Amino acid sequence: MAGVAVMSVPGGRVAAGSRVRVRDNWPETRGKVHIRTPHYLRGQVGTVVRHLGDFPNPEELAFARPAQILPLYHVVFEQPVIWREGRAGDQLLVEVFGSWLDPA
Amino acid sequence: MAGPGVRIEEIEGEQLLGALAALLAAKGIVTPAEITAQIAATDTASPAQGARMVAKAWTDPAYRVLMLADGTRAAESLGIPMRGAPPLGVLEDTAGLHHLVVCTLCSCYPRAVLGYPPFWYKSAAYRARAVRDPRGVLAEWGTVLAPEVRLRIVDSTADYRWMVLPLRPPGTAGWSEERLASLVRETDMIGVTLPEVPGG
Amino acid sequence: MLSGMDLETPRAHHDLGGAAKYLCQPIDRAGHALTDFDKEVDALRQVLGAKGIMTVDELRRGIEAIPEAEYHKLSYYQRWIRSITAILLEKGVVTEGELAAALTAPFPALR
Repeated sequence: MAGVAVMSVPGGRVAAGSRVRVRDNWPETRGKVHIRTPHYLRGQVGTVVRHLGDFPNPEELAFARPAQILPLYHVVFEQPVIWREGRAGDQLLVEVFGSWLDPA
Repeated sequence: MAGPGVRIEEIEGEQLLGALAALLAAKGIVTPAEITAQIAATDTASPAQGARMVAKAWTDPAYRVLMLADGTRAAESLGIPMRGAPPLGVLEDTAGLHHLVVCTLCSCYPRAVLGYPPFWYKSAAYRARAVRDPRGVLAEWGTVLAPEVRLRIVDSTADYRWMVLPLRPPGTAGWSEERLASLVRETDMIGVTLPEVPGG
Repeated sequence: MLSGMDLETPRAHHDLGGAAKYLCQPIDRAGHALTDFDKEVDALRQVLGAKGIMTVDELRRGIEAIPEAEYHKLSYYQRWIRSITAILLEKGVVTEGELAAALTAPFPALR
């Protein structure tokens, strides 16, 4: 898959507090894939809460292919921005792989 | 997916399981004894495990720090088997912030400390609504948050599993860990309910 | 209530977050005890995982490959056994011929 993880910190990790945008990418429209980035986050801007660790890419594991080890982040999003409804201050906290994030 | 020989979409699940299990046993890949042992091992996990962790965190500040920093180690320190389980993350509720856990993509659940996920957790309605209409979801359990409380919905999408460390309910001062643990329900540790003192 | 637009995304059918068709559906909060079938399928997947024969990621991919109408019609563990079978066939752990024979054999006792 295309892309390089966002790298704004030595060692390739995104620092807590960084603003990131989830890629507006729709691989499921182009063939058989397995994706762990929910549809409702694509293109949305959030804030990195912390780096959760590094894990093999599930998009590869799902097809028993060699899997790249990717950084996994906990990213927080404002809930009403995503749905255009809801309560101000409510948030969504989601694990997102670095390969899906660009600096915002 | 199979060719003309076997159309697995036309076969009942029970029949498929019976045939597959017999075949795997005959080939020496998975024995019936291994299945039986795995069921027994899985059955030992239940919400009582998570409840013990919550009660200890309510009474032991050092344990609370450990639990929030490393849920897996905190579980292991109480003798809960975590080997082979995904890392456990713990979400701390505060007076101003409440957490609600969902897996919109499948049914990721902290099974090592809560057991099998409940039926509703795996349902399309819960998965669809929790991220978009969370307060409506809470209302179905009769849970109403104070107006000043913000809600953080945690969509469990990847390698961690998440449980909520809820607030200790009022009216429990001086309670033993064991008695506190008896209050804590599965739903409290997913965030659709808040622990409460019965009749309190 | 819920006046917001439905997001017109080309989401996959298992990717259910916010899906409009479920927003007005109440949640079935009743307890549903697992059957022996459910527990056996669950255990089979765990054993296959522990032995490195198939990953949970492959299980999910196999579940997601079930067409939408069937996905919602099948029970949770019926989806699992469908996926497990498809993945094991795909990987050659079992062959179609073997499975066909096992299916027509006198019902094999698991328990």
